[in-house]
Amino acid sequence: MREVMVIGAGITPFGELWESSLRDLGIQAGLEAIRDAGITSCDIDALFVGNMAAGRLIEQTHIGALIADYAGLAGRNVPTVTIEGADASGAAAFHHAYLSVASGLHECVVVGGAEKMTDLPDADVAEIMSTALDQQWESFFGATLFSMYAMIARRHMHDFGTTKEQLAQVAVKNHAHGALNPQAQFRRPIKLESVLGAAEVADPLGMLDCAPISDGAAAVVLCSADRARKLPGQHVRIAASAQAGDTLSMSSRRSLTAFDASRVAMEKALKLAGRSRTEIHLAEVHDVTTIGEILAIEDLGFVKKGEGGRAAESGMTALSGELPVNTSGGLKARGHPLGATGIAQIIELSAQLTGKAGKRQVKDARVGLAHNVGGCGATAFVHILEAV
Amino acid sequence: MPGLAGVRFWRETQSRYNLTGNRCGKCGTVYFPPRPLCVTCHRESIGQMQAVNLKGRGEVQTFTLVHEPRRGFELQVPYILAIVRLDEGPSLLGQIVDCAPEQVKIGTRVHSVFRKIGEEGKSGVIHYGYKFVPD
Repeated sequence: MREVMVIGAGITPFGELWESSLRDLGIQAGLEAIRDAGITSCDIDALFVGNMAAGRLIEQTHIGALIADYAGLAGRNVPTVTIEGADASGAAAFHHAYLSVASGLHECVVVGGAEKMTDLPDADVAEIMSTALDQQWESFFGATLFSMYAMIARRHMHDFGTTKEQLAQVAVKNHAHGALNPQAQFRRPIKLESVLGAAEVADPLGMLDCAPISDGAAAVVLCSADRARKLPGQHVRIAASAQAGDTLSMSSRRSLTAFDASRVAMEKALKLAGRSRTEIHLAEVHDVTTIGEILAIEDLGFVKKGEGGRAAESGMTALSGELPVNTSGGLKARGHPLGATGIAQIIELSAQLTGKAGKRQVKDARVGLAHNVGGCGATAFVHILEAV
Repeated sequence: MPGLAGVRFWRETQSRYNLTGNRCGKCGTVYFPPRPLCVTCHRESIGQMQAVNLKGRGEVQTFTLVHEPRRGFELQVPYILAIVRLDEGPSLLGQIVDCAPEQVKIGTRVHSVFRKIGEEGKSGVIHYGYKFVPD
């Protein structure tokens, strides 16, 4: 397979964007990405869109065709497809877009992720997010996505002595990072006491342990390295694109305190990139809940299993720490428009690796990792990007 | 459970009402819910999966007290959800009822009871199934 580069990026603000529809957001991100890449829409061979739930959130399927049409690509009959992998849909779309260029089928493609979540009441949205679980054997009995993560947190606390304060520290850190990101949904720091005192969602997780409901879209342009060399601008190399899976239902898993899909995807990604963990300078991980980030840094092997809580507390994962995690603010503070998240992670890495991350710039960042999980761990993607 | 057609749930009533799982005739692994093939023996287990009624006795692996419920569970808030490992091997998710939340710990022994799980609106189908009670 040939080398593939990220040559342009576009992202909308994330948040409650009442004035914008899904198509508005998708177009905004896509056009910005194309402009940033310094190409025209005539250069685009295909469009990939990551979307989890527009069929239920706005009663619109066929999102790829919708965005392609309104982006003016339909006139050239550009092929497009929507890719779904729960809230890892963005990374899933990126993976397949990457494969299409790496294989030589396409020269230059746009891959976006978008979700419009605020057109429905919160309770409906929570219900729709829970469709990523096993409907017949989990949701049926009253399970929600956050209640599943709460059960992971409880077991993690039991087995490893992780505390609620350590969980809360993840939210405090990610809000502090979000405060430095102009695109983030939440751009103000929060205190540890606020997280601990927030309304309960599913014990031991409170409202500030959980990612918000968000609207937003993000898009990047990928192209072959050969072609990229002829284009101006700073590019980022895709060193690895890997995926792994696990049982849909959490009850069937080997462990209740680990996502094996994350672990295996990481092993594959490191092998593809020819890198070791110590060579990674920063990571965007799937903190859909605070325990999600703790699990991620363990499963990705940055700390030993059980040490994630203490690592969060020690400041290791803060912007100034040994391994900055979620410099964008993560799902927690940047926002989590399901299908857009995986692409937003890539955009944060691209900004960091090209020295354009402003106040949250990680010094000398050369290698970055993105980790996007679908539902409660049945799907995980790991991408490794490198500065060129 | 708005929007979900009742028939989808009828198909599962045998397992939901009677805790019917299945056992691989090749390696003996017990599954709940029942699976069409054994995840270890794959093709060799086809035609060898035998239905088995589970006793419903087991141990809490983890649990949570849900304050932000799923649609249709608003009147039960807060409710306890747990993953229970049955004595026969498989783990499953269910509510724990008839007790105070403080009575539930990781390791608590529970047994299954037959209860109403939910309904499809005021005049719709009522869904029944298992919940758990501490021993």
